[in-house]
Amino acid sequence: MDAIHIQDLEKTYGDTVALAGIDLAIPEGIVYGLLGPNGAGKTTVVRILATLLKPDSGRAEVLGFDVLREPELVRRIIGLAGQFAAVDEILTGRENLEMVGRLYHLSAGEARRRTVDLLERFDLIAAADRAVKTYSGGMRRRLDLAASLLNRPAVLFLDEPTTGLDPRSRLGLWDIINDLVREGTTLLLTTQYLEEADRLCQRLAVIDEGAVIEEGTTDELKTRMGGSVLEMRVADGDRLADAAGIVERVARSTPQVDRELGRLTAPAERDGVSLVVRTAEAFDEAGVDVTDLGLRRPTLDDVFLNLTGRKPMQPEDEETPGDAPEPAGVGEGRS
Amino acid sequence: MSDGPTYAETCRGSLARQAAEAAAERRSLLEEARCGISCAFGDSRVVAKRYLLHYLRQPRLLVFSTIQPVMFVLLFRYVFGGAIDARALPSADYVSFLLPGILVQATTFGATNTAVGISEDLRTGVIDRFRSLPMSRVAVLAGRTLSDLVRNTFVVLLMTAVGYALGFRFQNGIIAAVGTLLIVIMFSYALSWIYAFVGLTAKGAETAQTASFVVTFPIVFASSVFVPVDTFPSWLQTVAEYNPITKVADAARGLALGDPLPWLQPVLWAMAWIVGIAAIFVPLALWRFRRGD
Repeated sequence: MDAIHIQDLEKTYGDTVALAGIDLAIPEGIVYGLLGPNGAGKTTVVRILATLLKPDSGRAEVLGFDVLREPELVRRIIGLAGQFAAVDEILTGRENLEMVGRLYHLSAGEARRRTVDLLERFDLIAAADRAVKTYSGGMRRRLDLAASLLNRPAVLFLDEPTTGLDPRSRLGLWDIINDLVREGTTLLLTTQYLEEADRLCQRLAVIDEGAVIEEGTTDELKTRMGGSVLEMRVADGDRLADAAGIVERVARSTPQVDRELGRLTAPAERDGVSLVVRTAEAFDEAGVDVTDLGLRRPTLDDVFLNLTGRKPMQPEDEETPGDAPEPAGVGEGRS
Repeated sequence: MSDGPTYAETCRGSLARQAAEAAAERRSLLEEARCGISCAFGDSRVVAKRYLLHYLRQPRLLVFSTIQPVMFVLLFRYVFGGAIDARALPSADYVSFLLPGILVQATTFGATNTAVGISEDLRTGVIDRFRSLPMSRVAVLAGRTLSDLVRNTFVVLLMTAVGYALGFRFQNGIIAAVGTLLIVIMFSYALSWIYAFVGLTAKGAETAQTASFVVTFPIVFASSVFVPVDTFPSWLQTVAEYNPITKVADAARGLALGDPLPWLQPVLWAMAWIVGIAAIFVPLALWRFRRGD
């Protein structure tokens, strides 16, 4: 039996189509990633599975329980940690967890015991009796995650668990998530960060505009991109369009253009080396200067870009979107 | 060949039996998972405790629900009270007239906090967390209004004590005195459900606060809370006559002071309003909560 089974799920808000018929089958015991840009419909899927939202049509089951007809049963086996840490600011960390434990109908003693366990495990025991409003962003996320684990859920939903966190807190949370999976929890994770998906998820669905546009293991997705990626940088930003035209003619595929970096990428399905040579010759003939030209293995970024036509979000540049950092190890030699 | 069932028939029979057993098991699981009355009470208590802790730990809320009403009593008694002609009052002095009314004012103003609190919980995602838990579907609102009930009882007792210090006395016996407080508390409980609905519906806490204030303020002042309505211009008198706050204030005053004030008719009116508001807004707020976004 699948941990999560979704069939033809549709949801519309007014004129906005949030989900345009989604099918997913997620096996038990893995981390499954829903990857997609903002507004792609990831959160809508999670909200429907967590019984917070009713779809317009379609079916969704969690461990065989129907979210529409048996929401009471679904709620007993799931945990949810949201995009915005749903913890009470005024209460202490301990009070927050004990409250959630009581609402899971644990006995007072059991709620207290599990609370202490979780506070220790998530390194919050020292701050246990402080009001949550004094917590850092990372501590709140950990507390929120702890709250979703009080019932030892079989299926856990994490909606953008690390959005807005600093890199150190993000790494800490990734460790925790990896531990959870080792214990056998099935985890559905939504993220805009490819690195996160690459690090944590065994399988992925790329979602855009309310539909699954690609599904598979991370390796499968990368392989489907083609064997490798042809990448080059154009010295003169004004000649990007010319360069794109050349690549399109030689490589017979439309390249992705990154204007800020002056970078072109295109899938190179076969004959990679000969493609590099032919591209270099074509550039030479047309008199377009390139600062870098070569083949590399596709990354999830390429997959994402190729599928959605959009640049994925990088953890580092969320404060200043559009200011993408220089990728490491890019040669500066002229070709 | 035997006369017994064929292999296929046996299989079908056993499959049908298995399916029936699975369905029965599912039904009993569902039965077990449903949150009954005692579970709803338990969950409501847990939620009410949370909101009461909010009151105790947020000075802003504590001040607004206790010190502000006391300041209103002092303000009306000592600042405005002197200018009010006691001969125009149906009571011996202004403080006797004022106190039952101001109990209604204090609890009504306090009820706006329910709208703000609920809408804040929606924004932060706390309500989402509650809705994803296997807890009673009514417990969040029942718990919130239960905490309001506890707070209102406290406020009403506190203000009665302040009133006693200023010279107010119940003049109609102990039962009528208890009735005075009860009718105010019951009315404020019904109001909590209106404001819970406002909080669930409003877009954001500030909208909830503004909407609550804009409606609450004129309703409270265009009533018999502070002065007898017969001093109002005639159009406003008509409004005030039908104002539920007037009915509840008159009922509280009639019960507290007795003769020559009528009490039975205002009490019946007040009860009608309390029951009417609850009959509409309890289901409406619960429906809005279940429906989600």
